[in-house]
Amino acid sequence: MVSLKSIWKFLEEVKDPEVPVLSIIDLGIVREVLFVDQKAKITITPTYSGCPAMNHIEKDISHVLNTKGIEFVEVETVLSPAWTTDWISENGKKKLFEYGIAPPVDEPDKSILFAKPIEIQCPQCYSKDTSMVSLFGSTSCKAQYKCNVCLEPFDYFKCLK
Amino acid sequence: MNNKLFEYTLRIADDSLILGQRLSELCGHGPILEEDIALTNISLDLIGQATNLLEYAASIENKQRDADKLAFLRVDKEYKNSLLVEQPNGDFGSTIVRQFLFDSFRRPFFEALASSTDESLAAIAKKSLKETKYHLKHSSEWVIRLGDGTSESHQRVQKSIDVLWRYHSDLFYEDEVDLALVSENIAPSFKEIKKEFNQHVLAVLEEATLKLPDNNWEFTGGRKGMHSEHLGHLLAEMQYMQRAYPNMEW
Repeated sequence: MVSLKSIWKFLEEVKDPEVPVLSIIDLGIVREVLFVDQKAKITITPTYSGCPAMNHIEKDISHVLNTKGIEFVEVETVLSPAWTTDWISENGKKKLFEYGIAPPVDEPDKSILFAKPIEIQCPQCYSKDTSMVSLFGSTSCKAQYKCNVCLEPFDYFKCLK
Repeated sequence: MNNKLFEYTLRIADDSLILGQRLSELCGHGPILEEDIALTNISLDLIGQATNLLEYAASIENKQRDADKLAFLRVDKEYKNSLLVEQPNGDFGSTIVRQFLFDSFRRPFFEALASSTDESLAAIAKKSLKETKYHLKHSSEWVIRLGDGTSESHQRVQKSIDVLWRYHSDLFYEDEVDLALVSENIAPSFKEIKKEFNQHVLAVLEEATLKLPDNNWEFTGGRKGMHSEHLGHLLAEMQYMQRAYPNMEW
């Protein structure tokens, strides 16, 4: 008999292919784990509607659980409740920063145009003197920033609520 | 009722699909690298929304047409997108104005659809709304920069508004499909949505020192499958692979 706790543990080995330092548990996209009649049923939710990593993650989940001796795996994707960056674990945020991606910071109302930008810390030199280059970055979930002190460009994981 | 729900879902899905395809044409052709990335990111969000909506439409129709078949194997008159989203990219100002009018409609629309009694549509709306808020911020800020920028950018973006404004009515086209679903609280009424749309558009245009055209030209027909000449060309490119190599996958 496989315990649910061990399945959650196994799932920590499944990484986000676009941010390989984060597991899908850190990312908060695993919503439910069930084990019934020798079959694991994993429910996940996408970060963004068009996230191209979802198919990859589904396959990785099956693969990892298969290697742990769980032969039958079903992965279901649900849209509701919609994912938010609040579900990224504290540990996940720490890992992001160490990896060079600034973790999400609570943002004021997005309807305010040209709002005073929020303070984002540079993951290279830790300065808070940074500026946004573009609201959109290398993946749907990130924006492009640059540090005004060390001049390094870096990714910021956008706040999504 | 199922036919109407299918039709209604297709209209929302096709807006996302066709605009997503339009923006994808800019991949590698954006005016600057950051905007190339921004516009294709928005394209990706829209195609993701279209996938969710077409999968739902396919499940309502229940005729063994999956989301891919709906996306790639219909003929032009079966697409129910609004006329606005199929308009060509033109210059950067025109791409931004088209996006701005669309996002200004989509934000209040998804906000209202999020309370739909249809659980699937409500879930898709809530998900898509979060992305749409970023799109709207991006397109609104660009309209202001271009309008209140140089005389060249002002003149060009004003021209795009003069040309594209005539298609905004098609976003609010309402017929028996909408009315039946509004009475079931599945679809939101366009009345409040249009009010919010007008408010936002006018506020941004004022800030941008731009104005709406003087004429009252209105073009509609997209929701009934009556499209401008541009859609056929877009579909020819979008459908080419499936038509040339049926059922090919990658």
